[in-house]
Amino acid sequence: MPETGKQTLLVDAKIDGEIRRHGEETYPHECCGALVGSGNRVTATVALPNTTEEGPRRRFMVRPSDYRVAEQKASEIGGDLLGFYHSHPDHPARPSQYDLDHAWPTFAYIIVAVAAGQSAAMTVWYLKEDRSAFDEGELNGN
Amino acid sequence: MATRILIPTPLRPFTDKKDAVEAEGTTVGELLADLTTKHPGLKAHLYNAEGKLRSFVNIYVNDEDIRYLQKEQTTISPGDTVSIIPSVAGGAPAAEAPAALPELTKDDFKRYSRHLILPEVGVEGQRKLKAAKILCIGAGGLGSPVALYLAAAGVGTIGIVDFDVVDFSNLQRQILHTTNDVGRSKLDSAKDKLLAINPGINVVLHNAALSSENALEIFKPYDIVVDGTDNFPTRYLVNDACVILGKPNAYGSIFRFEGQASVFATKEGPCYRCLYPEPPPPGLVPSCAEGGVLGVLPGVMGCIQATETIKLIIGAGEPLIGRFLIFDALKMKFRELKLRKDPDCPVCGTHPTVTKLIDYEEFCGVHAAEEPVSGTTTEITSVDLKKRLDRGDVLTIVDVREPHEYEINKIGGSRLIPLGDIPKRYVELDPSDEIVVQCKSGGRSAKAADFLRSKGFTKVLNLTGGILDWIDKVDPSQPKY
Repeated sequence: MPETGKQTLLVDAKIDGEIRRHGEETYPHECCGALVGSGNRVTATVALPNTTEEGPRRRFMVRPSDYRVAEQKASEIGGDLLGFYHSHPDHPARPSQYDLDHAWPTFAYIIVAVAAGQSAAMTVWYLKEDRSAFDEGELNGN
Repeated sequence: MATRILIPTPLRPFTDKKDAVEAEGTTVGELLADLTTKHPGLKAHLYNAEGKLRSFVNIYVNDEDIRYLQKEQTTISPGDTVSIIPSVAGGAPAAEAPAALPELTKDDFKRYSRHLILPEVGVEGQRKLKAAKILCIGAGGLGSPVALYLAAAGVGTIGIVDFDVVDFSNLQRQILHTTNDVGRSKLDSAKDKLLAINPGINVVLHNAALSSENALEIFKPYDIVVDGTDNFPTRYLVNDACVILGKPNAYGSIFRFEGQASVFATKEGPCYRCLYPEPPPPGLVPSCAEGGVLGVLPGVMGCIQATETIKLIIGAGEPLIGRFLIFDALKMKFRELKLRKDPDCPVCGTHPTVTKLIDYEEFCGVHAAEEPVSGTTTEITSVDLKKRLDRGDVLTIVDVREPHEYEINKIGGSRLIPLGDIPKRYVELDPSDEIVVQCKSGGRSAKAADFLRSKGFTKVLNLTGGILDWIDKVDPSQPKY
């Protein structure tokens, strides 16, 4: 939990590129994947299949079996599961009500906007403990 | 007995950072209740406001999802491990659909209390009913119980398509309408009754004869269509429009003592055309007006349609998809036939040939059969028949209805040979006589006339409009049915 101000997530250029590339590849559909690392530093991404049945242009879904894959990957590289990323094709990088309804506490949620096939703004969000809203965090490239 | 529960990363802050904790209980439900008592911070993340497990929370007993076991009633054996495994979901803001369900009011909680305590309905199911938009085709025998029960159940929007007025002969089965409503539009009468039962719903009236021109537009805003039609052209029209728009069709039909029901035109199931690719030859299957119907029969079948509609809305139970239910009121027996989606079906098959609405009157051959050929010598009107009888002309009047119809009313001097008996009894008639054939409204007698002509009778006249027209224009003293 953050003591003061915004929670920071450290995402270096390699990770940043991986998320953007995944979002551009799956455009106009949403991409999704897991963020693995330790503390607040992301050291690896795990691209996961989008298994939504509600139309992948506007929805993503990580199945429990893929969630287990992500946790397994995290422990293989000696890290923790820090959160998930997904893309918003042709929509701003802000969480939707649907994102809020389905969010888990403590996870970092990275959203990358992909406009007309080109990745744009990238943001990170954390669910408030009372589930009422998201707090925006800060992405730091160090 | 303590059971080990594996906690996923995002919930560990609520279990003192432990990835596994222990709780007591003989079922998953008890276990989770104990878990959330010991670690209260978990509750809001596992359960929604209604106390149900959130849809993205998955509980596994060993390697089995409890959704495929007995859900929260799944029993725990010693040595089992229970895991809480997240599904992670989200989406772009434009996808706020499915729209949030309407909230229930204080009055709703009172009114629907018997639904709310059913786990299969509950608050969520009742909110789905409130959000649902259902279209009833017809406010007649089937449409009456369907609309009444859907209104009572709290379906938020009920649309009705009809263009008829209430007639005395409707009251024996169309329980939406009362004696005082005779002569009123069925739509106005229906709206009054539905709002009297439940003023909280929205009743939408479509004062129209359903046609290929207006069907798609009328159907569009609705989630499910309930077919209560009494004729083949409209039945095929409703089916095809439902397939084209991807809306389920809760189908029912009635005749004499027998009813049929099914759910057609769902994504995975067959449609009416998979069962009946072609309509029956016109006139082969008589309508209820010709053949009669037990008044309570549409009550039975309409209630089945209403039940299936509600099940589709709340997503409970096993829908009547791919199953064709046949009810025999005299034997009091239900039979069930399996139906398969026909890959060659012209509407819902893999290569559909019907992709827009067609002329269903023509498809069912109705024009040819029902429109009297006026101006030819094959027809005679009631007034002309009366004139000729009064003049002393010798005419053999053959009534081709059934004996029980003949008991109700008849043209004096007519002889009864039911249509089905004509092929073996036509020899009783003299081909040199001038013969007038007659039935209730002119359909069956037209077939009898065709048959007689095919046997060499040359002087056969069909009474236009049947005995009903005769009573209207010549002999109002007799009862109609």
